[in-house]
Amino acid sequence: MSKIFDTPLYPYQRSEDQDASPTARHKVIVIGAGPIGLAAAIDLAQQGVPVVVLDDNDRVSFGSRAICFAKRPLEILDRLGCGAPMVEKGVLWDTGRVFFDQDEAYSFNLQPETGHKNPAFINLQQYTFEEKLIERLRALEAAGAPIELRGKNKVTALADNGDHVRLEVDTPEGSYLLEADWLIACDGANSPTRRMLGHDFKGRVFEDNFLIADVVMQADFPAERWFWFDPPFNRGQSALLHKQPDNVWRIDFQIGQDIDREAELKPENIHRRLRAMLGEEAEFELEWVSIYTFQCRRMEKFRYGRALFAGDAAHQVSPFGARGANSGLQDVDNLAWKLKLVIEGKAPETLLDSYSDERVHGAEENILNSTRSTDFITPKSRASRAFRDGVLTLARNHEFARPLVNSGRLSVPCTYDGSRLNGPDMAQLPAGTRPGAPLKDADTKAGWLLDQLGNRFQLLGINIEVPATLEVEGITIEGLNLPITPDLKARYLGDTGAAVYLVRPDQHVSARWLAYDEAAVKAAFNHAIGPTTP
Amino acid sequence: MLNLKPNFDDTDGFYDRLISAHEGLTDAQSEALNARLILILANHIGNQDVLDAALDIAAQS
Repeated sequence: MSKIFDTPLYPYQRSEDQDASPTARHKVIVIGAGPIGLAAAIDLAQQGVPVVVLDDNDRVSFGSRAICFAKRPLEILDRLGCGAPMVEKGVLWDTGRVFFDQDEAYSFNLQPETGHKNPAFINLQQYTFEEKLIERLRALEAAGAPIELRGKNKVTALADNGDHVRLEVDTPEGSYLLEADWLIACDGANSPTRRMLGHDFKGRVFEDNFLIADVVMQADFPAERWFWFDPPFNRGQSALLHKQPDNVWRIDFQIGQDIDREAELKPENIHRRLRAMLGEEAEFELEWVSIYTFQCRRMEKFRYGRALFAGDAAHQVSPFGARGANSGLQDVDNLAWKLKLVIEGKAPETLLDSYSDERVHGAEENILNSTRSTDFITPKSRASRAFRDGVLTLARNHEFARPLVNSGRLSVPCTYDGSRLNGPDMAQLPAGTRPGAPLKDADTKAGWLLDQLGNRFQLLGINIEVPATLEVEGITIEGLNLPITPDLKARYLGDTGAAVYLVRPDQHVSARWLAYDEAAVKAAFNHAIGPTTP
Repeated sequence: MLNLKPNFDDTDGFYDRLISAHEGLTDAQSEALNARLILILANHIGNQDVLDAALDIAAQS
């Protein structure tokens, strides 16, 4: 049976743009049909913004690659209309276990509270994730949404001409020119777009090599994240075991700094490692193997003129913490509504600079966390190693040491503290839903809260009447009135009896009050989209 | 009484500072830094019962 990643899902087809004169101009061109590029295109198209995706390949990712998708990105995917099929296919998990030598040192639960539609995490192979996004894209296309995916369209040259970007695109039938009002680069960590436009990508390079193996086997390990420090089967190094759908298991071995790459990739050596871990009698089949090192780095800004950068093209982290694809999806979430308002002439171009500011803030958080995890997992000095092993030894019997164990701080949603888009706050209300924070899901009497929000500005009145619609500068703010439920009280009211929340199209809190005041709401709305000089 | 419950304001931030303080030091310099650090923290604690309990646990592990 051929694998999904061997199948051309978007084979090359000649476009009329290839014979167009003058050169065809598009509103938005997305470069790269990975998870982030596809999500960006879907987000824009489902909101009516025409978009063309160019990809140098014609099929989904080879190998499982990004496998852990966190709750916030699943909520974003719900908004994009494809969260449910992912959750249905994915392996749900919320528990992580950490082992040191032979014994368990520590375990953690990522979603201790109830009242959320989506699970803490699902594991899903990147190729399946992309396949589901392509299915969503095709459904939008069939329904007449302005979206197009062009396979085997490789961008070979780029110029930002001030009011548009000019692209040279290579295809199996030769090259052609395209123009775009806006460009979104989602072409990965080695982003050719970034290189062609001459932007920096600075940060820290780590020396340790990791061998990643996807193994197909019948095994009765639970659906948990298992992480080993210094296990008997990989002495002095770390290892990770994680379940994916269809009996595929992700196994990750740290293999050290100076390695013979070719030798490590020989099947007999990979089998020897796997047998040491899984037992001599284990039966398995290798689906995909790769050796990687990693970097923690980012671009200085994620917007340069007409070019916007998202996902790994803009920022790269170590894999511990699942902060790569998850943060890329949060980039898309942040960018799409802003770009739509700018394209429609309803917000100034400077709103796009807030995309850079807010997501650079997110990237910094991810880089900090993933760098710290990497330093804990791969100690660089004798002192660092001694402290690491001390923490792991103490963690077995002493609770205080457990939070120090760092096998990856798993992706949590970013709060845009200090963003210049944020409006007024009320200190009496719970800190978790302050301006800049993503809304917390909640059980309401009318279903899940997040299912009722997104894609437009909304005003949420909890136990307080807000108008059904409010017109500001040609944009409609929709009102949503909700009675108190225990989840809403805990997450949105605290000790107060009622509150009004202004919510952005990406489900982040813009501002909040204890009472409804039309003028205050209008002012906060204008602030959230308006001229945003720093 | 010796507190063995989690008590750091910023767990990862503390650990980061601690490891960074050792960056670029020789092993002997690292050991000396640790010695000074333990003495400073022990003085801050002061109470002999607490220090004894901490010494016992560190020695057991």
